[in-house]
Amino acid sequence: MATPPHSDPADKVALVSGDTANAGALAGLHARLMLFPPYRLTGDVLKRLGFSGRSAVIAIPYVWLLAFFLTPFLIVLKISFAETVVAIPPYTALITFAENGWIAFHATLDNYTFLFDDPLYINSYLSSLKIASIATLITLSVGYPIAYGMVRSPRRWRFALLMLVILPFWTSFLIRVYAWIGILKKEGLLNLALINLGVISEPLTILNTDTAVYIGIVYSYLPFMVLPLYANLEKMDLNLLEAAADLGCRPIKAFWVITIPLSLSGIIAGCFLVFIPAVGEFVIPDLLGGSETLMIGKTLWSEFFYNRDWPLSSAVAVLLLLVLVIPIVLFQRIQERNARAEA
Amino acid sequence: MRQGLTWFNIGSLFLGFLFLYLPIALLIVYSFNESRLVTVWAGFSTKWYGEMLQNESLLSAGWMTLKVAFTSSCFATVLVTLAGLVMSRFGTFHGRTLFSGMIYAPLVMPDVITGLSLLLMFVAVALDRGFVTITIAHITFSMCYVAVVVQSRLVSFDRSIEEAAMDLGCPPARTFFQITLPIIAPAVVAGWLLSFTLSLDDLVIASFTSGPASTTLPMRIYSQVRLGVTPEINAVCTILVGLVATGVLAASLITRRQEMRREAEERQAAATS
Repeated sequence: MATPPHSDPADKVALVSGDTANAGALAGLHARLMLFPPYRLTGDVLKRLGFSGRSAVIAIPYVWLLAFFLTPFLIVLKISFAETVVAIPPYTALITFAENGWIAFHATLDNYTFLFDDPLYINSYLSSLKIASIATLITLSVGYPIAYGMVRSPRRWRFALLMLVILPFWTSFLIRVYAWIGILKKEGLLNLALINLGVISEPLTILNTDTAVYIGIVYSYLPFMVLPLYANLEKMDLNLLEAAADLGCRPIKAFWVITIPLSLSGIIAGCFLVFIPAVGEFVIPDLLGGSETLMIGKTLWSEFFYNRDWPLSSAVAVLLLLVLVIPIVLFQRIQERNARAEA
Repeated sequence: MRQGLTWFNIGSLFLGFLFLYLPIALLIVYSFNESRLVTVWAGFSTKWYGEMLQNESLLSAGWMTLKVAFTSSCFATVLVTLAGLVMSRFGTFHGRTLFSGMIYAPLVMPDVITGLSLLLMFVAVALDRGFVTITIAHITFSMCYVAVVVQSRLVSFDRSIEEAAMDLGCPPARTFFQITLPIIAPAVVAGWLLSFTLSLDDLVIASFTSGPASTTLPMRIYSQVRLGVTPEINAVCTILVGLVATGVLAASLITRRQEMRREAEERQAAATS
């Protein structure tokens, strides 16, 4: 665009106040680079193909997630249909190109049939679901009074109380689980304290049992339960409780008839947030559980790291994902419904 | 309003926080124990910290962990800020549902599956396992946590400021750097810190995606823990807990201060208008 000589300042403003004007360093660079044919050509081609700054912003995170989140799952799915071989990598290819130009397709369901034939795997899935559900219920009964107490406490304390719940949430799982080993083991601090208090005479065996796994899950996932419950209870209209009391309802009854039903969405969110990750948990059953504690995360780990059976562990992962898809989708649905109800 | 604490409330809060903090407190206390035995208190000593500093493999694992955590949290924050913009400003586009699904799915994905799938992909593309693969894995799994923080800030702030800038002829890129970024900065910083923390803590995903030459601190701790409780590991854990606590406290205080300032400004604006 040729600027006419001796134009008055107002014209200049008009000329530069378009899309590219006022654009700062980036656009300045862009303008200078446009003088170089390769840059201009690439820009033209991209524009012709429908690319723009907007689609670049979309594309960067999108491509990353496609490459490192979705693709890996497809590969797991693919390998779960392969056979185990002693090679690097230790599985057969699904598609092979024969010399005469034919493409051989080679897939097997053996890994999946094996999962259903060997009771170890089915029992692992079932036991994971059982342990996760019981632990979720315990976490709910421990977490609800805490969240309730937080909501009832004075407003100026709440930020500090919330921080106290969030802090362990971000502290290493591994360290928190490790801390329990020193407490629960036979010559550990719990037994020491109980014996010194005269409650028991013989040390209890808690470490390496399912009890220890329950303690570990409840302890590790308690913040996941308390936070949604707190967020939900905080919004509750306390006048309702007052009205109930005025009408002669006892506090305990008011709690069951009013508070619990109103906090149902918080309860559901908290239960899902504990249940879903607890099913696939590895660290807790491995460090606190015993050899007879079956959990699918642990089974997958040993299948992969000790037996080096990649196709089988892929099949375990695919099946675990299928087991988890139902609660995950349910959870997503409920969250969306709640979000819509609030809006 | 019948607000106030009953003894039941105080009791449940006290017991709840005792349950949450006692194990970590004991771990920290026993890291200063003179004796090697966990159950015997033999006096205050910092010798395990000294011993920890002599442990070459522990230190190199720690250094590795810091490098991975720093790099991955930087990348994750940039990617998530872009993703957040896409989700909150770009309206509908092709594959939006898939996009939001991919951002938030890792929140509920078991670590073993994320780790296994990433490893199998790295093997499939013949990428050597080590620093790069752990970092890529950590970027991917921590993105969802950062997204939760950044997204809430992007959705909640007043869009009219951005629109005003654009109406006055400010191009989108500059609007982002001059208007949007300063406003969401606290959330971005908080997201970065959380991502750093998560990377610092991760055992399962790092175990899958690391190579023989690259061991992170949680992996080193895990292999030691399987052999039993040692005061040296207590010392390492104490330092890690301290780092994480500082990071999270800083992040939440930054967010909180920013929020309070904004509220004060809004009150002031309402009062003067």
